[in-house]
Amino acid sequence: MADERIRDVSRIRRAMIRPELGAIAGAILVFVFFLMIAGDSGMFAPKGIQNWTVVSAQFAIIAVGACLLMIAGEFDLSVGSMIGFAGIVIAILSVQWGWPVWFSIIVAFAVCMSLGALNGFLVIKTGLPSFIVTLAFLYILRGLTIWLSILTTQKTIIGGVKQAAEGDWLAPVFGGTAFTGLFQWFADMGWIETFSRGSRAGQPVVEGVPMLVIWAIFLIIFAQWLLTKTRFGNWIFAAGGDAQAARYVGVPVNRVKLLMFMFTAFCATVFATAQVIEFGSAAADRGLLKEFEAIICVVIGGALLTGGYGSVIGAALGALIFGVVQQGLFFSGAESSLFRVFLGTILILAVILNTYIRRMITGEK
Amino acid sequence: MDAPLIEMRNIEKHFGPVIALGGVSIDVHAGEVHCLLGDNGAGKSTFIKTMSGVHKPSAGTILFEGKEMNFNSPRDAMEAGIATVYQDLAMIPLMSVTRNFWMGNEPIKKFGPIRVMDFARANSVTMEEMKKMGINLREPGQAVGTLSGGERQTVAIARAVYFGAKLLILDEPTSALGVRQTSNVLANVDKVRKQGIGVVFITHNVRHAMAVGDRFTVLNRGKTLGTAARGDITPEELQDMMAGGQEMATLESSLGGTV
Repeated sequence: MADERIRDVSRIRRAMIRPELGAIAGAILVFVFFLMIAGDSGMFAPKGIQNWTVVSAQFAIIAVGACLLMIAGEFDLSVGSMIGFAGIVIAILSVQWGWPVWFSIIVAFAVCMSLGALNGFLVIKTGLPSFIVTLAFLYILRGLTIWLSILTTQKTIIGGVKQAAEGDWLAPVFGGTAFTGLFQWFADMGWIETFSRGSRAGQPVVEGVPMLVIWAIFLIIFAQWLLTKTRFGNWIFAAGGDAQAARYVGVPVNRVKLLMFMFTAFCATVFATAQVIEFGSAAADRGLLKEFEAIICVVIGGALLTGGYGSVIGAALGALIFGVVQQGLFFSGAESSLFRVFLGTILILAVILNTYIRRMITGEK
Repeated sequence: MDAPLIEMRNIEKHFGPVIALGGVSIDVHAGEVHCLLGDNGAGKSTFIKTMSGVHKPSAGTILFEGKEMNFNSPRDAMEAGIATVYQDLAMIPLMSVTRNFWMGNEPIKKFGPIRVMDFARANSVTMEEMKKMGINLREPGQAVGTLSGGERQTVAIARAVYFGAKLLILDEPTSALGVRQTSNVLANVDKVRKQGIGVVFITHNVRHAMAVGDRFTVLNRGKTLGTAARGDITPEELQDMMAGGQEMATLESSLGGTV
């Protein structure tokens, strides 16, 4: 019953037709654009590359969590508030209460992942849209964060984490720099510029790969592997594609969704911890609007808002686009408010292309 | 005759004050297609949901392979060997044929403590099983959404058979299909029967039922109007029983007897 109406698909076409195509095209477009208008501004020198890589990595960390959750058919709008909350928890525990930083970090992870589980539990038990449940937590967590911060310190910014983290074994995992020896060697070989004066003379301008970037790469690889190579990944697709059909064949849909809410909370806490260690302080307004930025990255990356379809690589490229555009406009000296105009345009273009490709792949009408 | 594969005795199902099923009894043998006919609202869906563990019967007994069964969930029924293919919930269109085929039963390959899905095996088995059913897939990674309605039903049937179903319940598998696709699905139902699997075939189309059925049971307003074997009943009689006789006969003559 081979259908003669289905044409053989060429290899090129098959390689082209993938969920990430919109994001790949967008990324190329953005790079070409900034090479042209900001190519000589230092944006593509080592220090400049580090600059937008870190920003992209921040977006990527939360986009990965949002991506898997969205493919599983749910949203989490409380990500931004969760980032603020996690940071304040770490700062209060370590600075105000004097707990070791490593223990404060572990407690923050435990608390935030429990809150993620609570989000998931409420969505599953009430059957309400996750949009509503997590919108409630957007407000609840932000309010709690400000209240806790003022209650303990009379301020909304808690500093002193840097001093507390000195000598801590876990803090460098989030705030340190990796491959410093390698980068020093690059500098000695003359591949990276070095400081010519001051106390750091002879050291490379880029001292290594920030741990934030390592985290982003690790999370991207892990999530991509989980989604495309494992049984659990198949359940993520199934839970978002059609939860009832999945239940009928024995997929533990509720467990999958609950775990994805917890994973999103985990990603938010990684973001928050890295930020707190980096800045040495926590602020109650951190993470504002991050939930939408994460969702935009995921959607640019080809995921379907209604679940069941998407790509982690696409979301990571979405984060890259986001980071490059934000920092690129800064390097090119353009008005930074144009960032939003540009981003909105990219969002629309990528989503139009993605919709078209998805129809070709899935036969949707 | 050997013992029936499944026996439903005096099944009743009440939803509050509504009596959806008022004592329905049927039995299905291995290697038999038992057609369950009835108009919309006759109780067909409620009945098969009782059989597949979605609903618990308010009264009556279910015997499967001679043992009394008490299903608490579709999972229980599935583990006993009862697979149901729902008309619109058979497949997830956004996912590939392979991912759909193995959904809930994914094959695992171990690398030490790490367990990944064995896609090489999953893909080759899927291609093989689809071929047996007469569907030549372009590639196993093809999304189910690119298949026709009949092909989707066929994938779902092949999946149920591959995972060891002894009793296959088909919920209106042909109701949304064209002529050619319907024939393909019916031919596959016949293949499944020849493998010794019992089939419950739900339909309101008498011609589709006559094409593959060994026995026929008509449901009307939550009650059975009896079971007849092939050859003991004409399509016209079945049609009359489904629609409630006299009224339909008048309607039909006014339409020139073509319904």
